[in-house]
Amino acid sequence: MSIIIHKNTKILVQGFTGKIGSFHAEEMIKYGSNVVGGVTPGKGGMTHLNLPVFNTVKEAVDQTGASTSILFVPPAFAADSAMEAADAGIKTCVAITDGIPSHDMVKIKRYMRRYPKDKKMGLVGPNCAGIISPGKSMLGIMPGHIYKEGKIGIVSRSGTLGYEAAQQLKDLEIGVSTSVGIGGDPINGSSFRDIIEKFENDDETIAVLMIGEIGGPQEVEAGQFAKENMSKPVIAYIAGLTAPKGRVMGHAGAIVSAYGESAIEKVELLKDCGVTISKNPSVMGETVKKVLVENNLN
Amino acid sequence: MDIHEYQAKKILSDFGVKIPTGGIVYSPENAENKAREIGGSKWVVKAQVHSGARGKAGGIIICNSPLEVADATDKLLGKKLITNQTGPEGKIINRIYIEEATDIKHELYLGLVFDRSSESIMVVASTEGGMSVEEISKEKPETIIRSKIEVAVGIQQFQAREIAFGLGIESKLISRAANTIIGCYKAFSELDATMVEVNPLVVSHQDEILALDCKMSFDNNAMFRRDEIAELRDKTQENSNEVYASDRGMNYVSLDGNIGNIINGAGLAMASMDMIKLAGGEPANFLDVGGGATPEKIVKAFKLISMDTKVKVILVNIFAGINRCDWVAEGIVQALSKIEIKHPLVIRLAGTNVEKGNEILKKSNINYIEASTLEDAANKAVKALG
Repeated sequence: MSIIIHKNTKILVQGFTGKIGSFHAEEMIKYGSNVVGGVTPGKGGMTHLNLPVFNTVKEAVDQTGASTSILFVPPAFAADSAMEAADAGIKTCVAITDGIPSHDMVKIKRYMRRYPKDKKMGLVGPNCAGIISPGKSMLGIMPGHIYKEGKIGIVSRSGTLGYEAAQQLKDLEIGVSTSVGIGGDPINGSSFRDIIEKFENDDETIAVLMIGEIGGPQEVEAGQFAKENMSKPVIAYIAGLTAPKGRVMGHAGAIVSAYGESAIEKVELLKDCGVTISKNPSVMGETVKKVLVENNLN
Repeated sequence: MDIHEYQAKKILSDFGVKIPTGGIVYSPENAENKAREIGGSKWVVKAQVHSGARGKAGGIIICNSPLEVADATDKLLGKKLITNQTGPEGKIINRIYIEEATDIKHELYLGLVFDRSSESIMVVASTEGGMSVEEISKEKPETIIRSKIEVAVGIQQFQAREIAFGLGIESKLISRAANTIIGCYKAFSELDATMVEVNPLVVSHQDEILALDCKMSFDNNAMFRRDEIAELRDKTQENSNEVYASDRGMNYVSLDGNIGNIINGAGLAMASMDMIKLAGGEPANFLDVGGGATPEKIVKAFKLISMDTKVKVILVNIFAGINRCDWVAEGIVQALSKIEIKHPLVIRLAGTNVEKGNEILKKSNINYIEASTLEDAANKAVKALG
């Protein structure tokens, strides 16, 4: 099995009829994802890309049985849409939208806490590339063809650096079970820890590649989790060795403001947790291969 | 987005936080009049630049007469203030804040930030005001009080009281101090701030609780609904190339090295900078042209990099995902027909249609060095420095 999305996962597109939503919905359908419809308030009853459009997520879930959604709604309305998905019983929502205010993210996360664990939505993103389980389903904006089917779990804050890793692995004929982009914002839906725990519990995944960067505590929290709870090897690369302190490096969350948030400090703390470090971004694939050989997993 | 001290204080005072009487001036004559208007016998002349540690850098001058205030203003206006936070180029002083001097009994620290672990708003306070929070956590960590505020209901009186008692404030001043803390919290939560720092927060000999200095930063992503904050932006306090880039939707940070970068994606951009460093070079900038990397964006990026006089070599690193390398290559060719680049140019394309992209570049008459991997690109860029 892959994690989060599988061959038949039913997908709704929120912000379906907009330019970006339409483009990526088509790419996902071409890849073979089971997109069952979309939501654009006020356009319910229309047909778009041969699929039904609904006014509300609730209606869409009732009619299609969708369990998953992907969000292309502009920043000003994105928080509202994510909360609507949570309330309609969506199990996983991937927010692609870049530029959601941090105060809105805190509000969404607080809102989601009202649901009991078995009914609580998992949010991935925002400002992320989404999720792909190669050969099965794509719930994101990545180029599907660079991902080979296989057994490595990838989790990355950056989109393009995740692509770089998938390409390096493919060049070494190593495939991916699922790749998850958790996004570059300071407050995000799913953390590295949330995702690597899923990989630990996935029969198909044999090792995890974690691609982090400067800023925030999440990489190290994941490292501590791995040390205490994981049987599978974890390989990590942390970007931003040369990033100056106190400056935001593109991603709103990529800012060093406390001890343990710089690339060098994160690398040291992760090593202490038994995580194998890819010493530079050019050898992420090779480092995974080396770890597989050492652990007789290849 | 950062704002000036006087702007931050005005905001806090709108939320009920007491600040010393003061006013902003743009000339020495102005300053003298402002001092008379404020009254009293002692004034503080404060250079308004986006930086902390202004006092140590000579940007804060205590004066004993309106004439001294005029002289101090004359001395500071138009100068560049170089603090340990501005870098060697310093920041221009265009505005001066004149304030009545405060008779200080205690100096305290009060800060508000998002706590990324608990996803709540964190109030940080200490009895050691006047020091930076980094210094406090290194030298007097036992004085730090932290209080997590549940955003759904906001700060409660008891939480503010607990912090105030923790700071050792006298009983008769507790409710005043608590209201100050609540005012700061409201400013943070109602205006999309990402940081509010009052340092020092002082207790005066007249039993007043005053915000003596204040720094505030706001979430750039929230500016669409904060016109009143966006208006406070002072572009003279930002690097001019960074202003050019941000006005055109690009993420750019100016750095000290000499290898200019044009890259798509923030993570890949940081990774490329790291590779340059490992190869023995220094990046001149961080630049993320975005996932799209359209020809228009590539043209703007080349313009931006060519404005940076430090740059000696340019490195282009594009991983085409949804985008295609042949489009990117066409964008590069198009850009170079419009802008003359005198420096060596290293180009690495990867991802969708990479062969086609490299073919387009080869067939064009642009002079460049082709690279295959991240490592190869960084090595060739450093080598091209000569």
